[in-house]
Amino acid sequence: MATANFVPVEEILAKKSQPVRRDPTTAPTHDLREALFELEAKGELIVQRVPEPYIEVTTKFGRTKKIPVEHTWHHKSCGQCGHIPGYSTSVFWLHRQFGLDYVDPTDQTSCTGWNYYASATSNAAAQLAVMCRNFAAAYETGYYPLIHCGTSYGHYKEAREELIHHKALRDEVRRILDKLGKPLVVPEEIVHYSEWVHAMRHRIAERQIVDLSSLTACVHPACHYYKIVAEDAIYDPDIYGGQRTATVTGLLETLGIHVADYSTWFDCCGFGFRHVLVQRDFTRSFAVLRKIEVMKNEVDPDLVVTHDTGCVTTLDKSQFAAKAHQRQVGVPVLSDAQVAALAMGAHPFRVLQLHWHSTDWRPMLEKLGIDWQRHWEEFEADLDAIRRGEKAGLTWEDADTPIAVAA
Amino acid sequence: MTDWNPGKVVDRYPDVPYEEKQRLFLEIKEDPRYEDYLYGCYECGICVSACPSARFYDYSPRVIAQAMAREDVDRIYEILIEDIWNCAQCFSCVRCPRHNNPGGLVTLIREVAVRNGIQETRDVLQGYSRVIYKVMLKGNQVSPDMLQPDFFPDWGPWVREFSENMQVWRQAIPVDTLRGVTDAAWRTDDKTLRELYTIWFETGNIEIIQEVDEGLYELLVDVMEEELEEWEEEV
Ligand code: SF4
Ligand code: SF4
Repeated sequence: MATANFVPVEEILAKKSQPVRRDPTTAPTHDLREALFELEAKGELIVQRVPEPYIEVTTKFGRTKKIPVEHTWHHKSCGQCGHIPGYSTSVFWLHRQFGLDYVDPTDQTSCTGWNYYASATSNAAAQLAVMCRNFAAAYETGYYPLIHCGTSYGHYKEAREELIHHKALRDEVRRILDKLGKPLVVPEEIVHYSEWVHAMRHRIAERQIVDLSSLTACVHPACHYYKIVAEDAIYDPDIYGGQRTATVTGLLETLGIHVADYSTWFDCCGFGFRHVLVQRDFTRSFAVLRKIEVMKNEVDPDLVVTHDTGCVTTLDKSQFAAKAHQRQVGVPVLSDAQVAALAMGAHPFRVLQLHWHSTDWRPMLEKLGIDWQRHWEEFEADLDAIRRGEKAGLTWEDADTPIAVAA
Repeated sequence: MTDWNPGKVVDRYPDVPYEEKQRLFLEIKEDPRYEDYLYGCYECGICVSACPSARFYDYSPRVIAQAMAREDVDRIYEILIEDIWNCAQCFSCVRCPRHNNPGGLVTLIREVAVRNGIQETRDVLQGYSRVIYKVMLKGNQVSPDMLQPDFFPDWGPWVREFSENMQVWRQAIPVDTLRGVTDAAWRTDDKTLRELYTIWFETGNIEIIQEVDEGLYELLVDVMEEELEEWEEEV
């Protein structure tokens, strides 16, 4: 057999293990911000600048991206707020712990991108107008948009490109915004909350009170975070040699969690937008056979951590039915924001709202020495007080204080 | 072997006039995003290896890119009828070395299928109407009250536990905009929703709904027009 000309596997692996350092001047894509500023100079739109203080990070091709620390307008996610509220609660809780200034608006709609990807019952102009209405609402408050949802983040990055490249669409959106009495505003950077978590990871680690070093985690990088407009995602030569996004993994490693690799890391979770709602045979099968079971068989993690709405929902909720088929399942799924909050002592139910997750998270908390039973009793007492009408609901006063952790 | 037809070389919809298929293709091609999504195709199959739907269905992003690049009108019609709703819209296929976006092409074909009220598309979207209703009226795709055991039996006993406790669990969220809200994901201003309805009317989005579900369209128009009239009176 003629194998002499083959490059040995070791050589390929050695080459792949070299950190990738990229020079933004030779990036294969343009820096969209330049086009944005040109449009602003022509008076076509307003570019909202990232407020100070901000943290600089590097993106896929070496460009520097500014991540605002505070003065942020929280563009919430309907899938998070509606079905996994501990996700959004954790993002806000972290901001409160650091005493950061933010707005949680009621003048916000979802991006409606989930529906667009699921049913296509919309069009480009409508999708751009929904985005720009939200951006204008943020601009009017003087706060900078921080996008909670990976779908919104990817969708807005793509929509921003369309807005820049197609004058007819821009004119149409401007006409609609005029009718609403709003300016056409585009933020200088589109920032995902997980980028904020990544940028803040060392400050989070400084405040860590729960030792997470006993945990092994698998990371599922969210498709719409790093596959759509790929050049805008955070990469770091020190994490995966700069060959995969650093977001999420950077946080976990900083918090002392062992991040274990698995072979299907690039695969999507199986969400499918329409599939998760009306064709879940695909979603369940893909989430279990290509993600959870592969992780289980290859590294048997204590948890899966990801950074998007659909991924948490899909990977968590798909495991129940698979159990009936004796598949290898049973790994809790959390967002990076929940893990960061857990590290800083967030209450498992008042903040992390783990009772909204269906795959068993109890073994993970027990491994960390957290007495979830006691915290559940505290939360049950809150629920009883609400049922009896003694309490209208939980407030930050009930949730702000970190739990006591045994030394 | 006579029925074996992997490349689907035989026209599967000979009753649909070629002119009609061509009209639909040209509508796809006219979309301003079309030229951003297709630059030709190497037939390398990298998109297929990354595609979750290709693992699960008889479906291939390569075939879609190829058919579009060759402007194979008959094949594109088959894709429009049979394939587009299999795509998971994950965009794993954008690792294409030719910088194509097969998932984006699917989005464009879907839009044309919806706008033209194609029967197969109407059938696919039938079970989905309540979601469209929610997103158009509330500006949220999902809400807690959609988590009902009848709709999510495969999510296990958790769904029943949740629906029995929904109200009190929602009260027990410390975030002001979420606390107690069950019919939407968060509390939204009336003004915000009215602005959203204006967008649906101004962009022709509402007519798109008419093509897939006439009853839903009428319901939505009634509610939204009433709201907008009230707003005008207030202003
Ligand atoms: S976007 Fe569609 S075609 Fe592309 S990889 Fe995902 S499922 Fe496949
Ligand atoms: S990856 Fe691109 S070039 Fe290769 S088959 Fe797919 S669409 Fe064609």
